[in-house]
Amino acid sequence: MNNIIKGEKHDWEMVIGLEIHAQVKSNSKLFSSSSTKFGSSPNSQVSLVDAAMPGMLPVINKYCVEQAVKTGVGLNAKINNYSVFDRKNYFYADLPQGYQISQYKYPIVGEGKVTIDFKDGTSKDIRIVRLHLEQDAGKSLHDQNPSKTYVDLNRSGVALMEIVSEPDIRTPEEAGMYISKIRSILMYLDTCDGNMQEGSLRADVNISVRKPGDEYGTRCEIKNLNSIKFIKQAINYEAKRQIEILESGGTIEQNTMLFNTSTGKTRPMRNKEEAHDYRYFPDPDLLPLEISKEEIGKIKSSIPELPDELKNKFIETYKLSNYDASVLTAEKKTSDYFNETINSDSELNNHAKIVVNWITSELFSLLNKNNQDLNNSPVSPENLGQLIKLISTNEISGKIAKDVLDDMFSSGKTARQIVDEKGLQQVTDQGEIAKVIDQVIADNPKMVEQYLAGKDKLLGFFVGQAMKLTKGKANPKILNDILKQKLNKKN
Amino acid sequence: MSKSSLKQTLKDLDTKKISIRELNQDYLKRIKENENLNVFIHFSEDNVLKQIDSLEKDNSAKKLKGIPIAIKDLFCTKNMPTTAASKILENFNPTYESFVTQKLLDEGSIFVGKTNLDEFAMGSATNTSFFGNTINPLSKDDEPLAPGGSSGGSAAAVAADLCLGATGTDTGGSIRQPASFCGVVGIKPTYGLCSRWGIAAFASSLDQAGIFSHNVEDASILLQSIAGFDQRDSTSAKVDIPNYFENLDDDLNGKTVGIPKEYSIDGTPKEISQIWEDAIKVLEKKGVKIKNISLPHTKYALPTYYIIAPAEASSNLARYDGVKYGFRSDEIDSLDEMYENTRAQGFGREVKRRILIGTYVLSAGYYDAYYLKAQKVRKLIANDFNKAFKECDFIVTPTAPSAAFPLNEKQNDPIKMYLNDVFTVPASLAGLPGISIPFGKDKNNLPLGIQILGKHFDEQQVFNAALSLERSYE
Repeated sequence: MNNIIKGEKHDWEMVIGLEIHAQVKSNSKLFSSSSTKFGSSPNSQVSLVDAAMPGMLPVINKYCVEQAVKTGVGLNAKINNYSVFDRKNYFYADLPQGYQISQYKYPIVGEGKVTIDFKDGTSKDIRIVRLHLEQDAGKSLHDQNPSKTYVDLNRSGVALMEIVSEPDIRTPEEAGMYISKIRSILMYLDTCDGNMQEGSLRADVNISVRKPGDEYGTRCEIKNLNSIKFIKQAINYEAKRQIEILESGGTIEQNTMLFNTSTGKTRPMRNKEEAHDYRYFPDPDLLPLEISKEEIGKIKSSIPELPDELKNKFIETYKLSNYDASVLTAEKKTSDYFNETINSDSELNNHAKIVVNWITSELFSLLNKNNQDLNNSPVSPENLGQLIKLISTNEISGKIAKDVLDDMFSSGKTARQIVDEKGLQQVTDQGEIAKVIDQVIADNPKMVEQYLAGKDKLLGFFVGQAMKLTKGKANPKILNDILKQKLNKKN
Repeated sequence: MSKSSLKQTLKDLDTKKISIRELNQDYLKRIKENENLNVFIHFSEDNVLKQIDSLEKDNSAKKLKGIPIAIKDLFCTKNMPTTAASKILENFNPTYESFVTQKLLDEGSIFVGKTNLDEFAMGSATNTSFFGNTINPLSKDDEPLAPGGSSGGSAAAVAADLCLGATGTDTGGSIRQPASFCGVVGIKPTYGLCSRWGIAAFASSLDQAGIFSHNVEDASILLQSIAGFDQRDSTSAKVDIPNYFENLDDDLNGKTVGIPKEYSIDGTPKEISQIWEDAIKVLEKKGVKIKNISLPHTKYALPTYYIIAPAEASSNLARYDGVKYGFRSDEIDSLDEMYENTRAQGFGREVKRRILIGTYVLSAGYYDAYYLKAQKVRKLIANDFNKAFKECDFIVTPTAPSAAFPLNEKQNDPIKMYLNDVFTVPASLAGLPGISIPFGKDKNNLPLGIQILGKHFDEQQVFNAALSLERSYE
């Protein structure tokens, strides 16, 4: 990987760390029993605790704690038996308590790491500093009234996991791969729905630039990015901005930045002097969180196969490349689909690579084109398996198979039905194919002459003609062999 | 004034010597006669009559059926407004009932009104209330006295016989000190015995609900009614609540009382030292072993308390911001201005002072020197008690360094005011149960109080010792 950016005067390198805020998948909030359902009418999911009425007290939701521990295990991280909830104090209209309950000195999860895989087959570990639990704030609605701000507290108190990485990321692409990997792990674990559009997963990006080998530079933090595209855009813009400042002799101010998604630019929100003093202190309404080794053990044993384990299994069992296996395991629905497809017929085991290709290129592009999701694909894994078996047994050609898949996708019929109905079986009968070739040769004497005179390229023309006559059903290998034989005989 | 006890009244109601209506009309009459004391922030005769009506239709047996109780206006109540004595909650009507008041309602008691207090329970004289001072019922005509605080309204309500018992909250002495000033019994139980759910928070790690009553027996009956585990309060304790009243035993023979030498403070009035000695003598006569003990970190208790309590308060009171409920300033041009003007106009001086102190001690660069240090000292203070209780069954000290003082005496000197808590704060920091009972008088014939401290969740021992002293004094 080349991480170097050429500036006007120097070479530069980005240093990037991410703070990911992932909404814990849970029916109720971190400290109250209100629902967490997305898209409900404003302030319909607000308890007395969420609205911070006088005398109301938080009570920890054990399920959210288990989800955080599960996630910690999935990130290969240390689970802390002892952690503490602190209050982060600041005023904002959508923060009813006047403080956010978070974890400061003693987070529930400590150091961990995740691995990202590159196309060239190499991988890289990104270290994780910590994961802690905290409450989300409500939402200020500034566009409902020209002179007023409305507040929706439905999200107030929803559990978030903040996952903080070390500044191990060096390119926008790595940042994208890292967040995709985290998202994938959380979705396998079922601890976050991974829905970035609904804000279930968002990130703050810390970025600085340096000359390769130098100490870290001064960083800026870009707040609240909710798509991988925006993360990459924001990083690219911000790095360019910092390099321009440094190359013209300036210094970087440690700022908190906002990213404008329509202009693609970052702008400062506040500088270091204006930074809040959050006055963290342990929340006296809550006891320290203690989790026994037994409880952690129990949670560990309930964890499903994670993408990296599955990836290694795929590489070993099906002899797939590291990259293919990582694409296949990036999302649980993809690996599930692959598993179901390949298990639908024992003979497919030897054709894993073909299965991967048909899923990740042909089926994906059809789904994309039709704006559909693998979860409700019109082509079931069993049906795709049947199609691939028809290919692997030479019953139909790959080219025909693409048309069959199109048909399956729109009609919902099985591959077998379509092939039978339309008579698409590959013609492998040598006599039949020879007959067709004889006709092609007879019909195109001039071309044959030219071919024999040395115009080798014309071979393709004859193949095309023969295929046309067989409606594409002739086995290409047999067709080629016989064609060459017959033409050479003429010589 | 011949005051009837809760215990006797329950008997009289049971034997139909008196009806619920007659009983409460008697109290209503006295409440109206004593309006000048400014005991209640909220009082509605109609509301009381309604409660009587509904209890008369209720045939079920209830432990406190028809008993008139006054509620400190820090407890959220569904059928009466709740203000915390602050302008910022002037017209606040909770949709919910606090754990403690719900228990009292379940037992059939009648709430006569919401009593005055120092704003958000911050004070020692009930003189920081947005709704004006409460006057100590024991005042002479020429010189109004403070009832103590912060639960001064509740203490005064019992002293003036406007109810048979009252709820209070105690953060650093807010039940025990006013009980002492008004000549009534006041108990602050172990931290965690009564749920804090529905009590507007001052300092969460110290706040604890408790009881005012005419005597120790009544206090034991009422405390049992409000104690108990509540899953909505993570700091509430899962302990069995004994029947304190049934188990009362004033025979202290063979017990050991601890007398902490650090509570002899220079400048304590002679009368205070005198009643302390008297109490020790009484106990000795009853066969109690006297043990001189040391609580070496006592002198750090006040500064520790005045760091921790304001720190928590500064955060607890952040929710009063004018956004969701309560007072909001009219002068708003921006969000920041709304906060500033709402809180500047909505909070009184003492509350603002403590928010400022609390904000300061939690600030970056000061946290370690103040808050963190205070937490460490708090542990040392708790350890002092743990050690001492290995050698004694209970501890006896004076409740406050003086009798009730004139209303406005210490208003402009917060440090002097804070010194009122010198004997009560250490047990608050340690989360221990403490009771104050009237014991002796000063030269102006004003009541003085003796404080009895017990081990965690050993309220029974505290009651027993208190009963024994009370009986010897009467």
